[in-house]
Amino acid sequence: MITIFIPTPLRRFAAEQAKVSVNAKNVAEAIKSLTSIHPSLTPYIYDEGELIRKHVRIYLGEDDIREKEGINTLLKEGDELSIIPAIAGGTH
Amino acid sequence: MRQTLEEIKFSKEELERYSRHLIIPEFNIEGQKKLKHARVLVVGTGGLGAPLLLYLTAAGVGTIGIVDFDVVDYSNLQRQVLFTTHDVGRPKVEAAQERLSALNPHVRFEVFNTRLDSTNALEIISQFDVVADGTDNFPTRYLVNDACVLAGKVNVFASIFRFEGQVSVFNYRYPDGSRGPNYRDLFPTPPPPGLVPSCAEGGVIGVLPGILGSLQANEVIKVITGVGEPLAGRFFQFDAAEFKTRIFKITRDPENPLTGSNPTQTELIDYEFFCGINLNHNTMSNQVSNGQLSVTDLHEWIKSGKDFQLIDVREPYEYEIANLGAILIPKGEILRHLDEIDRTRDVVIHCRSGKRSQDVIDLLKQEEGYNNLYNLKGGILAWADEIDPSMAKY
Repeated sequence: MITIFIPTPLRRFAAEQAKVSVNAKNVAEAIKSLTSIHPSLTPYIYDEGELIRKHVRIYLGEDDIREKEGINTLLKEGDELSIIPAIAGGTH
Repeated sequence: MRQTLEEIKFSKEELERYSRHLIIPEFNIEGQKKLKHARVLVVGTGGLGAPLLLYLTAAGVGTIGIVDFDVVDYSNLQRQVLFTTHDVGRPKVEAAQERLSALNPHVRFEVFNTRLDSTNALEIISQFDVVADGTDNFPTRYLVNDACVLAGKVNVFASIFRFEGQVSVFNYRYPDGSRGPNYRDLFPTPPPPGLVPSCAEGGVIGVLPGILGSLQANEVIKVITGVGEPLAGRFFQFDAAEFKTRIFKITRDPENPLTGSNPTQTELIDYEFFCGINLNHNTMSNQVSNGQLSVTDLHEWIKSGKDFQLIDVREPYEYEIANLGAILIPKGEILRHLDEIDRTRDVVIHCRSGKRSQDVIDLLKQEEGYNNLYNLKGGILAWADEIDPSMAKY
């Protein structure tokens, strides 16, 4: 199983889960599985062209998947993915 | 004249005040001298700015710049521990300076009671060594990032939302002179408007900016003193709900318009437009409503024969280089020439970049009650860029 960590701003679209486990061979499959379990997450991760939004980073362990093969990066049992969206608050 | 590091001295009272720093072997008096010599700009006096300013002041940073345009309101007090109930209604920079000066009278404060924007960001940021970004919206995040990269300043970043916090040190200067990645490497573009609510809409747990702002202050002090390993090329994520912390590596983006393999951006841009906010901001009504007039609108006003007054607040030698045929009243002489400034017609005030003219407008509004003034956004530089390319830029 692959563990996907859901950031706090997106948890309300994932039944308040902090992490979701999926079976997947690569990052694209893992994210697709995640959005099929929690469809409300879809617009927060994918843009209209079904690409990962540019303000959303996907990490495998501590590395950006851009350092690897992007969404085609192969995954192995026990891998951990993190979804990190840009946030801007500083609170005025 | 700015003192050199070698010229920095401490009084007996200062030595006692900073003694807990001085007895840390790797920090000692050399670290304290670097702090006193340093000039740090804190952008925003909100939830992050409060701990940032309190700790940087207590630690003995020599000069602290504070930028904010807002006034204190009751909804701030849940997390902005810099302010008290008595401060409600006061300009934040004023209340902050008063509180911080009482905490440490050895620190010099330079306050900017204004909104940081593309017309003033480079001018303000260039005056400092390190910038700490505690702002609360995407346009200003990108503005601070870009201005820091263009001015060669380190940008110590923190951001929060509800239970989530992020910290990083952008554009860090390594000993070999090379620069670390910046915000645009991490997030090339902001989310579309409406997709991510602001803290004002989405809320934030009050302690969170206290935690993240303190981490940010710690990074500022590390960057200044060279003690420890700054959080450059990496970023820290804090999940306050689960109490999980993670550190991720930042990958450089070859398409970064500032620092990528083919840089295309050499100046500040319109960040509201970049972030998809106010997309119709060039329309006259929108510009006029916030007191800013674009050069395109001014051009329209002139062409349409509209009855208005145009005033230039630069110096005579600048007027010689390039002018729009306006009445020349240098900024420093404005209060002696009030009888020449119309109160009945619309008045457009301009300078080189839009900064001085805004200062004059603020002054005339606050002190003299003018309510018919418009600032020419981007000043004569914008006019040269957008309307008259033959005009000299200086």
